[in-house]
Amino acid sequence: MKKVERFLKEKGINVGDSIKITTKEGIEYKGLVMPPYELSEGETLTLKLDNGYNIGILVDNIIDVAVVKRAKPKESREFKKALPKKPNLPNVTILGTGGTIASKIDYETGAVYPAFTAEELALAVPEIFEIANITPKMIMNIFSEDMKPEYWVKIAHEVAKALNEGEDGVIIGHGTDTMGYTAAALSFMLRDLGKPVILVGAQRSSDRPSSDAAMNLICSVRMATADFGEVAVVMHGETGDTYCLAHRGTKVRKMHTSRRDAFRSINDIPIAKIWSDGRIEFLRDDYRRRTNSEVWVDDKVEEKVALVKTFPGMHSEIIDFFVDKGYKGIVIEGTGLGHTPTHLIPSIERAVQEGVAVCMTSQCIYGRINMNVYSTGRKLLKAGVIPCEDMLPETAYVKLVWVLGHTQNLEEVRKMMLTNYAGEITPYTRFDTYLR
Amino acid sequence: MGLNYKELGLKVGLEIHRQLDTKKLFSPVPSELHEEVDFTFQRRLRPTMSELGEIDQAALEEFKKGKTYVYEGNYKFSDLVYMDEEPPHMPDEEALRVALQIAYLLNATPVDEVHFMRKIVIDGSNVSGFQRTAIIAMNGKVDTPWGSVGIPTICLEEDAARIIEREDGKVIYRIDRLGIPLVEIATTPDIHHPEQAKVVAKYIGDALRATRKVKRGLGTIRQDLNVSIKGGARIEIKGVQELDMIPIIIEREVLRQLNLLKIRDELKKRGANEEELKEEFYDVTDIFENTQSKIIARAIKKGGKVLALKLPKFRGLIGYEIQPGRRLGTEMADRAKKYVKGIFHIDELPNYGITQEEVNAVIERLGLGEQDAFVLVAAEEEIAKKALGEVLQRAKEALYGVPEETRRALPDGNTQYMRPLPGKARMYPETDIPPILVTEEMKEEILANLPELPQAKVERYVKEFKIDKSLAKTLVDDERDELFEELIEMGVKPSLAASILVVVLKGLKKEVPIENITDGHIKEAFKLYLDNKIAKEAFEEIFKELALHPEKSAFQVAEEKGLTLLSPEEVEKIIDEIIQQNIDVIKATGMRAMGMIMGRAMAKLRGKADGKLVSQLVRKKIQELSS
Repeated sequence: MKKVERFLKEKGINVGDSIKITTKEGIEYKGLVMPPYELSEGETLTLKLDNGYNIGILVDNIIDVAVVKRAKPKESREFKKALPKKPNLPNVTILGTGGTIASKIDYETGAVYPAFTAEELALAVPEIFEIANITPKMIMNIFSEDMKPEYWVKIAHEVAKALNEGEDGVIIGHGTDTMGYTAAALSFMLRDLGKPVILVGAQRSSDRPSSDAAMNLICSVRMATADFGEVAVVMHGETGDTYCLAHRGTKVRKMHTSRRDAFRSINDIPIAKIWSDGRIEFLRDDYRRRTNSEVWVDDKVEEKVALVKTFPGMHSEIIDFFVDKGYKGIVIEGTGLGHTPTHLIPSIERAVQEGVAVCMTSQCIYGRINMNVYSTGRKLLKAGVIPCEDMLPETAYVKLVWVLGHTQNLEEVRKMMLTNYAGEITPYTRFDTYLR
Repeated sequence: MGLNYKELGLKVGLEIHRQLDTKKLFSPVPSELHEEVDFTFQRRLRPTMSELGEIDQAALEEFKKGKTYVYEGNYKFSDLVYMDEEPPHMPDEEALRVALQIAYLLNATPVDEVHFMRKIVIDGSNVSGFQRTAIIAMNGKVDTPWGSVGIPTICLEEDAARIIEREDGKVIYRIDRLGIPLVEIATTPDIHHPEQAKVVAKYIGDALRATRKVKRGLGTIRQDLNVSIKGGARIEIKGVQELDMIPIIIEREVLRQLNLLKIRDELKKRGANEEELKEEFYDVTDIFENTQSKIIARAIKKGGKVLALKLPKFRGLIGYEIQPGRRLGTEMADRAKKYVKGIFHIDELPNYGITQEEVNAVIERLGLGEQDAFVLVAAEEEIAKKALGEVLQRAKEALYGVPEETRRALPDGNTQYMRPLPGKARMYPETDIPPILVTEEMKEEILANLPELPQAKVERYVKEFKIDKSLAKTLVDDERDELFEELIEMGVKPSLAASILVVVLKGLKKEVPIENITDGHIKEAFKLYLDNKIAKEAFEEIFKELALHPEKSAFQVAEEKGLTLLSPEEVEKIIDEIIQQNIDVIKATGMRAMGMIMGRAMAKLRGKADGKLVSQLVRKKIQELSS
């Protein structure tokens, strides 16, 4: 137990109580007791003063403390009211996975809570209810960095269920760190998809007035009600609140740690621009339109797949490790056109011989693999490495997880890896796809 | 003014903001303003919901109107943090240190742990929609001859972006100022005399300057006053620039409140009440069809209307002076300013081209009694209605005395309506910055190196540099002390540095805008002097020109004005010429010709040669000739 927790317990003080403290310096402080800061050492008591500011006081400096007023049990309002459906509007389900789409702040204590019920969303982002009947549904509550293939499967089934029950589109609220992976996974798993499946998140927290969350959500609802039938990520297109971009689920990557426009289409152009005034401007015509087909989930996956980045000085034992541990597939993020240090080649050969699928992508991120140009590439090809064209390393990883769920025959795997299922491979690269 | 402030129950509190001369608070971007704009971006700010589902209604309405904020940035002086595209870095250590120094200088106690908060600000001036702010220290005080004044809090916070332009539905800000650290010092409302407020502000200002880490110049210091008297209301006055104006502004605010109370009493006596103040606007456009009033004629021509508002029992009171040159009518006009340029009220008419006949016609149309007044607005109908609505609101408030509001300080010491008093701050913790423990080591280190307070500095100057006490005091008061010490370091004699900085510059103040003269200019001029390129007589002329043309360099001015010193050889040549022209006199009178020759030489060489050198040369030459 942290020192401050012990102190509060000894004195019979609860978080939320209004107290008066006297310190060694003889100064008196009055305020509300706040919960200790998550990662603090616990040496200080956090007090919220009347003027709204928090300050920390070292427990060791407190010589006297008295409770002024006990915390009232909080009357938290229930936000469960269902909203009436408007018959003329399309229906959109929003699946929550753990990211925060909207927040509410307790200005008394400064605590920030997620807002996710229909009623709360209607209060926070009323615009979306003018576009569609919105049904929010929380399906899991995890950090996006804790996502894993079994959750992709779960999300895919929830999406299919909603769409097959008649929803016109599904939006998935998702933390941004691994949103690209989930988008790719859904792209492969949702077969015969004929309706929009939109992943959305926020780069700047939704409790701040400048958050990108609301506009991203509004644009997502627009895209989810459009004449469109694919998986896409909808996020800010630039730093300003002018338009969002819809990116194809297999071609999108988070390219910045914090900027609003972190998500970029790689080796491809985005599908559409969604302007803040509601206009959707499609940027290409080779996208799937809305159909009435029934979607089904091809959910077979193999989780023993690794994504490995090569680097100068890398030891081949790293490859050996995965083979020894029984991995079924390795996606290599090689250098340049698709190379590894040459001394890795024997280990890679051995991996293939033992039935491990080894795929090559590039850590350049932009551009296409070509392993015919240099001898190392040719040797790797000869060793049985599958060159993954212009696929993103992350997409290739997700795809291999999915492909190995279907077959572990290396020839079959190669065929499937090189088959374009969801726009993950472009046959040729347009000039205007680089660093925009 | 012979007011008894104690009897009036005068209460004044100060809030002083001063920029620190460090990097920005949460990112090491240089904290400088710039004129070049490299890029712009456009954002909207959405009000955040409280846990009870409440959203600030006013803010939501603003948001729904689609107000956008355009931010101007410069690649060098802005960064992702201040575009709200990156989480904040840890606070600038120097800023934190300076804030703690200031705390100690103001007898305050640092908090054990600093917690940065987010204070919601939705007008766009903070890109994120909130200002980061933290209490650094509490419980300070300033002693004055009228008694001690408390300083409950000393905060360290981020300055806001500066507004460049306001357009329809759009505000343009420049983000260079955003994030510059500000120290905010608030006092308790224990100031009971206008002069006491100045003393407190001066003391705080001295402490801030003592750190040598505060920014100087226009806009780097903002002093707000909270003023109230018994029966009046708390008025927040923003934007007080000069120390000397503080007592005047307070006096005038007291005067304003007293007069508004008088108006209230008179209205009460006349039996005025809120029910009679009806939101009824009379269309009197026809009365002004052939008016001589250009403003009204122009409005009508543009398809506008002339609307009249009836203010029963207000006759004579709208024109009642409440501050020198300002009337209740001025306060009404300030409120209406949101919609129209101005209003006309009965107490000022006939005037502005409006005739007595027109006034009479309006009185008749509205059926006004002897004590009743009217206000006119000429504009597009909807706008005119809104403007008169504001006037009506202000009239209603007059029934109750002094309305609480935030006012803007005007250059003459009067104040003008700015906006309603802000509501309670909405704050929540800045979770991106962990709490910062103020360690014993930090405190000890700061206490051991506390800067010199101005009074001590004056005494040191007198002792160490042997300069006159009043000179020393002026140097410190005028914030020339840092420059003064720098000049001494350069090798300038203290007495010369002091007299040029104080006497010469002060003398020029009446003639030219001396605030244009930078420290750089001054140092350059002294460098020229030390290098024997100019005489000390040249300073005045050079500074005068620099004040008018700050883009020039001191050297450039010296050259242009022919103030550069001649080399000893050139001086000698000129003296030789003069000697030759007067050789007969010299030969005849010897050293008695010295005065005459010196006079002629100086007439040619003043400001171009050191007088001592001239006199030496002249003496030598005469001696040579007459021996």
